[in-house]
Amino acid sequence: MNKAIEHYLLRLADTALTQSQRIAEWCGHGPFLEEDIALTNVALDLLGHAKLLYEQAAEVSEQDVSADDLAFLRDVDAFKNPILTELPRGDFAFTTLKQYFVDQFNVLLYQALMDSQYQPLSDIATKALKEVRYHLTRSRDWCLRLSLSTDEAKQKMQAALDDLYFYTPELFETDDQLNQLMAESIIPDMSALHNQWQQQVDELLNKCQLKTPTSGWLATGGLRGEHSEHLGYMLADMQFLQRAYPGCEW
Amino acid sequence: MTKTTTPLSESQVKAWLGDVKDPEIPVISIADLGVLYDVTVDNNEVLVTILPTYSGCPAMDTMQEDIVEHLKQQGVDQVRVVVKNTPAWTTDRITKQGRRQLQAYGIAPPLEKSGQPISCPQCGSTNTTCISQFGSTACKALYRCEDCLEPFDYFKCHV
Ligand SMILES: [Zn+2]
Repeated sequence: MNKAIEHYLLRLADTALTQSQRIAEWCGHGPFLEEDIALTNVALDLLGHAKLLYEQAAEVSEQDVSADDLAFLRDVDAFKNPILTELPRGDFAFTTLKQYFVDQFNVLLYQALMDSQYQPLSDIATKALKEVRYHLTRSRDWCLRLSLSTDEAKQKMQAALDDLYFYTPELFETDDQLNQLMAESIIPDMSALHNQWQQQVDELLNKCQLKTPTSGWLATGGLRGEHSEHLGYMLADMQFLQRAYPGCEW
Repeated sequence: MTKTTTPLSESQVKAWLGDVKDPEIPVISIADLGVLYDVTVDNNEVLVTILPTYSGCPAMDTMQEDIVEHLKQQGVDQVRVVVKNTPAWTTDRITKQGRRQLQAYGIAPPLEKSGQPISCPQCGSTNTTCISQFGSTACKALYRCEDCLEPFDYFKCHV
């Protein structure tokens, strides 16, 4: 059981960490000062969630590892995040829509995880939910604002949707270990969660007057450690310090 | 080396910790912010439990160091600080005094009931607009007063 829990904790932690790293890349590049600060604050919250999740994963791991080891010393094929969160940050529309998809997922997931039969996960969810709810308010607002403004902004939002849409089902992908955790009510039923998510997303995209694409390449593989070429570059950047100066601390 | 003869009391330690301020909002103590959760003394060893505000709050490390440093100045060497996430911190934990201190410092305190207007800490006007959902730190949003035209930080409601 611990193996499956560790596997899932890493899935969530890697998702939070990669998402955090991508939006932190906006630091100093935001479209204007307030938004630059907002993006990095969201990144900081997500990094906090990753830390809590890695600490718990280190706790249940049979190996003698720390949260830092898990974040900074694992290679691409050990990462379990969906491909969605490792995609390059793109333009502001792309970042905003991706953030909305992830925020909507996080809110529904952490809401459900509060009832987890595994207490540490329920505790982390209680803490994280307060923050991701706020993220969702922000990213929803931005999706509406961009989609309903100038033609150029609307076009960029539509292009972002066309590019991103078929990466989203992977958020809900399961495997034998996750199915086992679902059976034990440690994690929620992922297909039910997907339905709830889809309903919320359809409603917003409708308000945004954006057209949902009907076909595209369906992303898969993150849970098995199969990633796009982008993750390697991200890790090279993010893990550089710990690789070059092992054990280095601030 | 003389050691204090009277055993340390928890209320004494709490009183000393009243001087430890939030490193990012130096007018409010960690007690009034609701971050200080529990103090226990066992055989002159002090255990301080704190609740982090936001998961990624970069001030938590400084707070821990400040607690240890403050108690060291009072002659207490054996201090352990534990960070706990349960119960999760909320802005309801901020004391009445803490709210007044925020207000006096120019930060609008978190609303106690949703739906209330946010009032300007400078002139008290409720004619205010949100400029950005995130201000200078994760716990604040940026507002502007439409009457005196001053921008101000609002300590976000976190429940
Ligand atoms: Zn005013």
